[in-house]
Amino acid sequence: MPGHDSARDVYRQALPVIAVSLIAGLFAGTILASETMRANIAEVPGLLLLLPAFLATRGGVYGSLGARLSTGLHQGIIEPRFRPDRRLTNAVVASFLNGMTVSVFIAVVTYATLVLFGDGGSLFQLVGVMVVAGFLSAVLMITVLIAVIFVGYRRGLDPDNVIGPVVTTLGDVFGVFFLLVGVAVVGAVS
Amino acid sequence: MTEPQSTAVDEWSVRRIVRTMIPLLAALSVLQLVSGTVLETYEAVLLRYPALLVLVPVQIGTAGNLASITCSRLTTQLYLGTYELSPSNPALRANAGAVFALAATVFGAVGVAAWAIGLALGGSLALGRVLLISLVSGMALAALVVAASVAAVEASYRIGLNPDDTTIPVVTNLCDIAGVLILFAVVSVAL
Repeated sequence: MPGHDSARDVYRQALPVIAVSLIAGLFAGTILASETMRANIAEVPGLLLLLPAFLATRGGVYGSLGARLSTGLHQGIIEPRFRPDRRLTNAVVASFLNGMTVSVFIAVVTYATLVLFGDGGSLFQLVGVMVVAGFLSAVLMITVLIAVIFVGYRRGLDPDNVIGPVVTTLGDVFGVFFLLVGVAVVGAVS
Repeated sequence: MTEPQSTAVDEWSVRRIVRTMIPLLAALSVLQLVSGTVLETYEAVLLRYPALLVLVPVQIGTAGNLASITCSRLTTQLYLGTYELSPSNPALRANAGAVFALAATVFGAVGVAAWAIGLALGGSLALGRVLLISLVSGMALAALVVAASVAAVEASYRIGLNPDDTTIPVVTNLCDIAGVLILFAVVSVAL
């Protein structure tokens, strides 16, 4: 029964996922430090300042979505099937709203910080980048999270053990990439 | 299945989830911005020792992973009725034991990887030194993860907020900020 796993069970289930997430993290860190990435980051004042907040927020929003779905599955009040369900829909809509709202909030606070320290920067650019990056991560994270949780659960994997690493891995690898897509989109529009 | 519309608070309503999380996420974002600026002040040290630069995000990410596993498991146990705040509770012991075992394994591997990447990027730190920094700060972080997760689940439950909404953001953000501080505390002693 879930909740009665021994430390060994938790260790065995979590280690492979954490190991994958670790490799992805090292990979993402190496990409972030590359020449082209740094050139792109330098284009947008404030981008580096909002990066940790952006990554952490998505971890919080979609980690919570995963924890909620996992609890629902364990309680038996949601089914591990890909069809409309009020609770599932609500949880997804709420996490989308949370992700987008906080992304815009971060953009505004970052802009305020830049203005405060006299570094300059563009509110339109920051909000635009965060809206694009926030939307792309929402779509990716929600889709992959539901797929991993449902398929994993049906195969006997406890979602509690894999949600965090899945969210962190996707977040690390795609978060920075989506920010750069955001920069490109905003650059093309303005 | 009958919908629990009769209950005073529906745990699965959009409004409820958003209302719980937005203020929390907003506050945590501001904290992250502060920690981002703090990290910038260590830029010179990080650039001098690339191995440490590699350690920072990976260690924080791993602590976040351990935190979300712990929080998610504790919350599920809370709802299933197997959670109890007691050192003799087998479920709690299993969680804590797994976190420390995972931390020892992963932070050992992180130390070796950070040393190798640091070396490739032109660093000069010895393997033993990087491994020591990674393991000591990593195990301290693991202890924090366990303590903070239990505290967050307990507090959230008592305040009446759904721990699924609150604990992961709070504990992972705490690990982000504490991770940097612990790492630099260990570095200042070990180097």
